[in-house]
Amino acid sequence: MMRFERRWLGLAVAAGSLAFASSAFAQSKELVFGFQCDRTGPTATVGTVLCPGYHDYIDLVNSKGGVEGFKIKVIEVDNEYKVPPAVEAHERFKKEGAVLEGLYGTPQTAALNKKLEEDKILGTSPGFGTAAAADGKRFPYTFPIAASYWSQAGGAVEFAKEKMGGLKGKKIAYLFYDNPAGKEPLPILEDLAKSEGFDLRTFAVPAPGVEMGSQVTDIVQRYKPDFVITHLFGRAPSVSIKELKGKGYPLSKVVAFVWGSAEADITAAGGMGVAEGYNTLQFAGVGKDFQVNKDIVAMYKAANKPAPKEMDSTVYYNRGILNAALHVEAVRNAIKAKGGAAPTGEEVKKGMESIKGFTLGGLLPPMELTPADHEGGGWVQVWTVHGGKLTRTKDWFQGYRSVIQKHLAADASKS
Amino acid sequence: MFHREAGVFKTTYASDMALYPLPIAKWTMVALAVLFAIVLPASLEEYYLSILNLIFIAVVGALGLNILVGYTGQISLGHGAFMSVGAYTAANLAVRLGLPFWLTLPAGGLMAAFIGALVGIPSLRIKGLYLAIATLAGQLIIEWTINHVPAISGGAQASIQVPRPDLFGFVLNTQSRLYYFLLFFAALAIVATLNLMRSRIGRAFIAVRDQDIAAEIIGIDIFRYKLLSFAVSSFYAGVTGVLYTYYLGIANYEQFQLGVSIDFLAMIIIGGLGSVLGSIFGAIFVTLLPIVIRTLMENVGSLFFSDSELANVVSGTRLAVFGGLIIFFLVIEPEGLNRLWRNVRSYFRVWPFSY
Repeated sequence: MMRFERRWLGLAVAAGSLAFASSAFAQSKELVFGFQCDRTGPTATVGTVLCPGYHDYIDLVNSKGGVEGFKIKVIEVDNEYKVPPAVEAHERFKKEGAVLEGLYGTPQTAALNKKLEEDKILGTSPGFGTAAAADGKRFPYTFPIAASYWSQAGGAVEFAKEKMGGLKGKKIAYLFYDNPAGKEPLPILEDLAKSEGFDLRTFAVPAPGVEMGSQVTDIVQRYKPDFVITHLFGRAPSVSIKELKGKGYPLSKVVAFVWGSAEADITAAGGMGVAEGYNTLQFAGVGKDFQVNKDIVAMYKAANKPAPKEMDSTVYYNRGILNAALHVEAVRNAIKAKGGAAPTGEEVKKGMESIKGFTLGGLLPPMELTPADHEGGGWVQVWTVHGGKLTRTKDWFQGYRSVIQKHLAADASKS
Repeated sequence: MFHREAGVFKTTYASDMALYPLPIAKWTMVALAVLFAIVLPASLEEYYLSILNLIFIAVVGALGLNILVGYTGQISLGHGAFMSVGAYTAANLAVRLGLPFWLTLPAGGLMAAFIGALVGIPSLRIKGLYLAIATLAGQLIIEWTINHVPAISGGAQASIQVPRPDLFGFVLNTQSRLYYFLLFFAALAIVATLNLMRSRIGRAFIAVRDQDIAAEIIGIDIFRYKLLSFAVSSFYAGVTGVLYTYYLGIANYEQFQLGVSIDFLAMIIIGGLGSVLGSIFGAIFVTLLPIVIRTLMENVGSLFFSDSELANVVSGTRLAVFGGLIIFFLVIEPEGLNRLWRNVRSYFRVWPFSY
């Protein structure tokens, strides 16, 4: 009995000192960022790499004294790609006084759009959510901050045009995951097919996307397209690489959207050697050669730790850095505008909307966020599997920007 | 727990069937009502109210599924889809016709009841695992239909934004206002289920569950009651979907996929099949436990790990702890939390004179 009581006493002391420590910590200048992640759900392969990238960049900023004198505290919540935990996460961030938050997942972004607006906390959703959210007037607190599926469609078609030297009379196959995100680019592709005079045929892959033999046979042997655009998720991209390769279609005439373009997808398809020539769209730079990657390695080295193994998966890791870097820049702008004081959620939103010419040595596109454009211009790069790694084949560009803007305006007037 | 039944005699059938078998139960009810209607909303922060809100919605859905699985002995893997049927019906009515929530909510429920009864038709011929697969097909067909029919889904994104519900010009847009909105429907669902189960219909459901051939022999129309059970259960699911829609401000079928059907099955199995209190326990357990585990682990773990390492450790071990606790509770009491609670209660009934 005595031992039992002593243990409780120990716990109480520990809890008390903990409470004291946290209250002492709160007195120093600190800003809270909320960050949702999926480390255990269906998209864990993305989350377990992307989220460490986010944390590492924030740690790097903190190790250099923080942003304008403020340390950043990240509260991460694993939403398991489910909606109720995402709602709970948002409420928790709000309670902890977060000035902004990172969203994770398309249904979760949809579910939180309205809440963000009501609570005046901006949320970023790079690669998630609807293309219409690029319109800052309709979705004032939602920031895609990366090329939407519409912009990616524009980019893919422009890349195809360049590769084939014109689109007139050509045939393009669109292989997509049969869910809302997969269908979203269809209006853009159909519009471009009409205006550019190419023939478009679409091939839907039902969930869970691991069985697409018949679709690929259809594409390769019956339709015989000049180019293939794929828009797949999860395990599906690697299956598509295998199937297309197996049925003899040249991968150099394939371009994948951003969720089919990571090293992990290519490795799962049999390695870089198998996927030689495979083209991928990217909204963040690829590789470990950026200054920020080197800085993170140096930070780990200073703490006598090996470089994080997640960094080897550069596509997702760098997307985490992109997300974190834009969060930090938004807050930096807001603090500067306020003369060094801690900003509110509304002011951070204005800070985000004034980001311009911040590229982090080429890891980020030359984007410009404005109150009307929360996508930042819809920039993409094309990276191609070549000689055992991803190499850059086309630098930052905006594919058919005017067409995308026309559709955004039409969508806004519809609702 | 703190009362004795001595001296309470039931002399009529009516008193035997009463909702509150003992006078003290009435007072407990009043105390609970005061707690939830006045004390909690006045004393809790918005964050805690938001968790309660999620629990309220889960309670409605769990009750509905328990009517079907626990009371009638049928199984459904399609309840996620029935929720989306309710959600899209209400969203379409609210956006296209501008109807208020007190019309769209029952409409969503009724539409879900209709679709649920259709999906339930195979239950007349098949049972158990076979029925599970048939309802699974229902889930997938409904998902596919919503995804591919723009008239229902409202376009390629398959999501429809709905305005916040308002009552006589009072817009329910904060967690504390939504709290009352959801509390009302959760309470309504609880009372309705309690009453349904002591009525003729509820008893027929139970008879079908225990032995359907015997039930048919004593004059219960199996065809009617099985479909009715599917319809009532789906009505609850539809209402759950509508509540989610108004709570989030958007209808989106990706929020109601197969995983949701399984989550709700988990709730009623952990809570206790065939009991109202069990559904409530299950909804609380499944919604609250991951949050509690995470909060505890973050506080303890921060002594050993840095923030960025902690995130990785917490999310992995949290699932393991959650799964472990489910196994633990089911091993010590396979009939669920409700039975566990009853055991504790009956132990204290005779305490300290147990023999």
